[in-house]
Amino acid sequence: MNRKYIPLATTIAVFLALFLIGGAMYRNFLSTLVLGNILADNSFIIIAAIGATFVILSGGIDLSIGSMIGFVGVSMAVLDRMGWHPLASAALMLCFGILFGAAQGWIIDFCAIQPFIVTLAGLFLLRGACFMVTVDSVPIRHDFVQFYASLKVHLPGRGVLRSSALVMLASLAVAVVIAHFTRFGSNVYAVGGDRESARLMGVDIRRTTVSVYALGGFYSALAGVVYALYTSSGYPLAGSTLELSAIAAVVLGGTLLSGGVGMVVGTLFGGMILGLISTLIIFNGSLNSAWILISSGVLLFAFIVLHRFLVSSIGLRETQ
Amino acid sequence: MTDVARLPRRRDRVARPGTHRALWPLLALAVILIVDGMISPNFFAIRIVEGRLFGNLIDILYRAVPTALVALGMAVVIGSKGVDLSVGSIIAISGAVIAWRIHAGDPHFVILLLALAASVVCGMWNGLLVAGIGIQPIVATLILMVSGRGVGMLINLLYGGTDPSFESALLQGLSTGHLWLIPTRLILGAVLFVALWLVIRRTALGLFIEAVGGNAAAANLAGVNARLVTFAAYVICGLMAGWAGVILTADTHTSDPVSVALYIELDAILAVVIGGGSLAGGRIYLGMTVIGALVIQALTTSILISGLPPEYNLIIKAVVVLFVLVLQSDNARTRIGQIVSGGRR
Amino acid sequence: MSPETPGQARVEMRAIRKVFPGVRALDDVDLRIFPGEVHALLGENGAGKSTLIKILTGALLRDGGEILLDGRPVDVRSTKEAQGLGISTVFQEVNLIPSMSVTQNLTLGKTGGRFGMISWRRARAEAQAKLSRLGVKIDIDQSLGSYSVAMQQLVAIARALDDETRVLVLDEPTASLDADETAALFGIIRDLKAKGIAIVFITHFLDQVYEISDRISVLRNGLLVGTGPTSEISRQQLIAMMLGRELGEVESAYAAHRKTGEGAEVLTARGLGRRRTLKPFDLTLRAGEAVGLAGLLGSGRTEVAKLLFGAIRSDSGVLSLEAGPVRHASPRRSIVAGMAFCPEDRKAEGLIGELSIRENIVMSMQAKGGWLRKIPRADQERIADEMIRALAIATPDAEKPVSQLSGGNQQKVVLARALASRPRIMLLDEPTRGIDVGAHAEIILLIRRLCDQGLALLVASSELDEVVAASDRVAVMRDREMIGEIASGAVTRDNIIRMIAGKDDGRG
Repeated sequence: MNRKYIPLATTIAVFLALFLIGGAMYRNFLSTLVLGNILADNSFIIIAAIGATFVILSGGIDLSIGSMIGFVGVSMAVLDRMGWHPLASAALMLCFGILFGAAQGWIIDFCAIQPFIVTLAGLFLLRGACFMVTVDSVPIRHDFVQFYASLKVHLPGRGVLRSSALVMLASLAVAVVIAHFTRFGSNVYAVGGDRESARLMGVDIRRTTVSVYALGGFYSALAGVVYALYTSSGYPLAGSTLELSAIAAVVLGGTLLSGGVGMVVGTLFGGMILGLISTLIIFNGSLNSAWILISSGVLLFAFIVLHRFLVSSIGLRETQ
Repeated sequence: MTDVARLPRRRDRVARPGTHRALWPLLALAVILIVDGMISPNFFAIRIVEGRLFGNLIDILYRAVPTALVALGMAVVIGSKGVDLSVGSIIAISGAVIAWRIHAGDPHFVILLLALAASVVCGMWNGLLVAGIGIQPIVATLILMVSGRGVGMLINLLYGGTDPSFESALLQGLSTGHLWLIPTRLILGAVLFVALWLVIRRTALGLFIEAVGGNAAAANLAGVNARLVTFAAYVICGLMAGWAGVILTADTHTSDPVSVALYIELDAILAVVIGGGSLAGGRIYLGMTVIGALVIQALTTSILISGLPPEYNLIIKAVVVLFVLVLQSDNARTRIGQIVSGGRR
Repeated sequence: MSPETPGQARVEMRAIRKVFPGVRALDDVDLRIFPGEVHALLGENGAGKSTLIKILTGALLRDGGEILLDGRPVDVRSTKEAQGLGISTVFQEVNLIPSMSVTQNLTLGKTGGRFGMISWRRARAEAQAKLSRLGVKIDIDQSLGSYSVAMQQLVAIARALDDETRVLVLDEPTASLDADETAALFGIIRDLKAKGIAIVFITHFLDQVYEISDRISVLRNGLLVGTGPTSEISRQQLIAMMLGRELGEVESAYAAHRKTGEGAEVLTARGLGRRRTLKPFDLTLRAGEAVGLAGLLGSGRTEVAKLLFGAIRSDSGVLSLEAGPVRHASPRRSIVAGMAFCPEDRKAEGLIGELSIRENIVMSMQAKGGWLRKIPRADQERIADEMIRALAIATPDAEKPVSQLSGGNQQKVVLARALASRPRIMLLDEPTRGIDVGAHAEIILLIRRLCDQGLALLVASSELDEVVAASDRVAVMRDREMIGEIASGAVTRDNIIRMIAGKDDGRG
C-alpha cells in the first residue's frame, strides 16, 4: 500500500473501532439512527473542516473559521428580521465568505506574514463584527427553516439523513472533485508539499494561495449557513473555538499539518471521530464533558506523533 | 594617543537602537492616552479610596497584569522561533489546581507552589514535544490548547466539582489586595518582570534563546545546546502563564476552566508583536512586550470610556494587528513603497 | 558528430558577464555546446558554474554578452521562455514534490482540460510516455518520495525532457547516486546524446567526467580558465585548472618555516568514519602545527572537520583528545574540550545574523562557560573590541548586526568567535571562501601566527595555494576517502595534484 494512505487508513480504523466499542457498550448504538444523528449534529464542523483541509494541505492554517460561522449566523438572522429569504441571505454570505477568505490569502502572500497571524486578525475582526450586527440571540423565523428541517432521506433501519447531513455530503463530494480532479487541487498539494519546487514547476503561488483561502472562506461561510438553519437562530458567540475542532478534525482525518499530504475524505472521518467521542461520552451519562476535550487531545497527540514519524520515514521535506 | 577608530561610548550604542525600537509602541500608547484624556477630562485623575489608589491609569495597569505576564513568557518562546498556543489552557489548569487543593485543605502557600508546579509541568510537556520530538511549535502546543481546559475540568471533578469557588486570603491578597496604596498584583507583576529579566539578561539564557531563534544550526555549532534551550523557553512560558492563572483565578474566587482567559494567547502574541518582537524569532524584548500589553489594555479601556460598545474592541484589535504586521513585513514595505512611487517589480 | 569537427554550435554563450553587489560573478565567459555532445562544466563552489547555468536557463538575467541558439541570438528572460526554446534543466536538489505521485510530478502545470479539470487517464498516459522515453518502468501512482533519490532524479529528467528539448542541463545529477545508479543514468545520457541533444553536465567527480563527457570547460572565480576536448586534458591539468594558479614565491617562503611534527599530539582519530558519508580515516593533530585538508569539491573535506567536531556523529572508530577518548561527541562537548570549528557556510551555519558582532563573538565562549555564569557586559565589550582590533574587522562598533557586514568581515567574526573561546584545536573549513584578496592574505597570516602560538589547526580548503601556504602537513581527500598524507618536506602543489589525480595520469 502507498504509505501516504497510512494516516487515512488509521483514521478509518479508529472510527470503526470507536463505533464498535460503542456498540459493545450500549444497546442500539450500532444503528443508522446514531450514525445519522452524528452526521447531522457535526455537519457544520465537518463542512468547515473540509475548507480547512484545503488550507492545511496548502501548508497554511485558517483560524477565522469559528468567527465566520458566528458572523454568518447573526447576519442571516438579522437579514431574516429584515425580510430576506434565507436562501438569498445565504447566497450573500457565501459570497462574503469567498471575498473575506481571498482577502486573507492575499495579505498572507503579499505581505509574507504567517497565515496563523493573519487569520487570527480575521478571527478578531469577524467576532467583533458579530457583536456589531447584534449582541442578542436572534431567531430565524422564515418558513424555509421548517422546510429545511423537514427534509430528510430515510436510511435502512430507523436512521435518517437530515438536510444538514445532505448538504455536508454534497459539499464533500464537490471538495473531493476539486482536490483530486482539478488543476487547482493539484496546485494546492504542490504548494503544500514543497512551495519552492512548486514555483519552479510553474505553479502560480499567489493565485493558489488566494484561491485556497477563498475556498476555505466559502466552506466556513457554508458551515455558518448550515449552523444557522440547523439551530434556526443567530447568536454572536456561536462558533467560538470551533476553528480548533475543525483543525482537530482535519488532523484526525490524516492530513499533515505541515501540508501536502492528506485527503479530503479523511476529514469526514476525522469529524465523525470527534462526533463519536462526544456521543459515547454523552451515552455514558456519568462522564463529564471534560473527557470530550481530553480524549480529542489524546487522539490529536497520537496522530501528530504518528505523522511526525511518518514524515521522516517517507523522507518528506518538512516545511516549517 | 588619539584613537580615531575608538568605539563609541556604551551609552550611545545602547540608546540608538533602543529609542528606535521603543518609539512606535510608546507613541501608540501616548496617542491612545491623549485621546482618552480629551474624551474624558478626569482620565488622568488618581485618587485614594479605601486605602488604595484608584483611577483610569491604575486601572489600565491593574487589568494589564495577567496579559502582560503571559506575554512575557510568550516573548521568550517567540524569541526561540516558537509560539505557545496553550497558555490559556495552562491558566485553566493552574486555576483548577488551586480550587482542588483548597477544597483538600492544603496550606495556601503550598497551593500556590502546586499551581505553579502544574504550569511548569505543562511547559515541560510543550518543550518535550517541540525540542524533544521536533514537532512544529504551533502543532505541538495545539495539543495542550485543545485538551488543557478539559484537564482543568477534570481536576475540578476530583472533589465533586459542584462548587469550584473558594476563599483564600493569601491568593486573593496577591490578586486583588493592595499594599501601601498600591494594588498587590502590580507589585507582583513588577517582581516577576524583574525576576524574568534577571533570568534572561543576567544569565546567558536570553542570549542562547535568541541565538537558537536566529539560527539554530549555527547556535548548535557554536556550542549552544539548542534543544535544552528551546525546552527552557517553553518551561518559562508555562511558569509565567501559571502566575497569570493564579491572579485570574484568585480574582474571580473560582476555577472556571471553560472560559477563563479565553483568547489570551492571541492577546499575548499581539503584545509581543506590538512590542517589536518578530514572529521569525531571534530577539526577546521584555520591556517592550509590557508596553505592548499596556497598549492593548489602554485600547480596551478607551473603548469603554469613549462610550463605544465594547464589541468594537475586537475589531480595533484586529486592525491594529494587521497594521503593525504590515509595517513589520519588509516585503510589504518595499512593495508598497514601489507601488507608491509608481514602480513595478 | 565527433568532437573534433563540431560544426554549428547548438548553444553559444559569448562574453557573458554578471555582477552581483561587490562581486564579479562572471567575467566575459564564452561557452559553446554542440548537438550530441556531453559538455562537462567544472569548478569549485563559487566559481560561477551555477550563475552561468542560471543565465542560460533564464533564472538570472545577464549583465553583458549574448546567447545564440543554433546560430540565432536569443534573449532568455525566464525559465518558462527557456523551456519554450528547448532548454531544460534538472537542478541539483531534486526540484519535485516528494509527497505527490509520480504522475502528478510529471504532469503538474502541464495538463488540464476544460474548466481546469484533470483527466487522470490522459495524465497517466502522458507520464508513461515521458518515462518510457528514458526506458524507466515504475508504478506511476506511488508517491515520488517512496522511490530512491536516483529514481527521483530520473523522474526529474523525464519531466524536463520533451520532444522539443534541444539542450539539457544536468546540475550534479550524480551527487547522491551509487555506482550502479550512476551507470544507469549514464546509459540514459548516452541515449539522449545519440538523439542529438546537447547536454551540459555539471559534476565534481573526475572519473565521471572522463567516463561520459566529450568536452570540458573549467571556471574559476568567474573566469573561464580552460576548455577543450576531454581526450586532450589530463587529470593533472584539470585539477590544476580547478584549484588555481601557481604562487611559487609565496609557497617557498612558507616552505622554509614548515615544522616537522615535534609538538604534542592533541587530537588523534583512528578509523573514524560514518557510513555513506566518509570512509574511516586516521588523523593526528599536533600543537603548533597546521594540517591542510586538500581535495576537490565533494571529496569529504567538510565531513572530516564536522566528524572531528562532533557535528556529524561517527559510527566507527575512536577520537581521542589529550584527556582521553571522546564519547558521544557533540559540538558543545567539543568546545568545552578546547576545540573550535569555523564552518564553510557562514550564513547557514556560522553566524546568527540578527545578533550583534559582540554577541556572535562571545557565543562560544559563553557556551563553554555555561548559561549561569554570564560574561559581564564590560568583559564582553572588551573581548569584542580586542577581537575587532586584532582581526581588523571593519565596523563602526561591536553592536552592529553581523548580517550587515561584508563577507570577509563576517568570516573574521566567525574566526573571532572561535578564538574567543580560547581553543587549543581549531578546525577551519574554507576560511577564505568568498572574501577579497587583502583579507585572504590576512587570514593566511593569522593562521600561521596562531600556529606559532601553539594551536593545533586543521585547514580544509578548495584552494591549493591556500593549503600549501597555510599548512605544515597535508592530508588529501578523494571521493569521501582520505587517500594519504603529504609530509612537511614534500608539500607542494604538484604533489597534492598528483595525489588527487591518483592511479593514472588521465588520458592526455
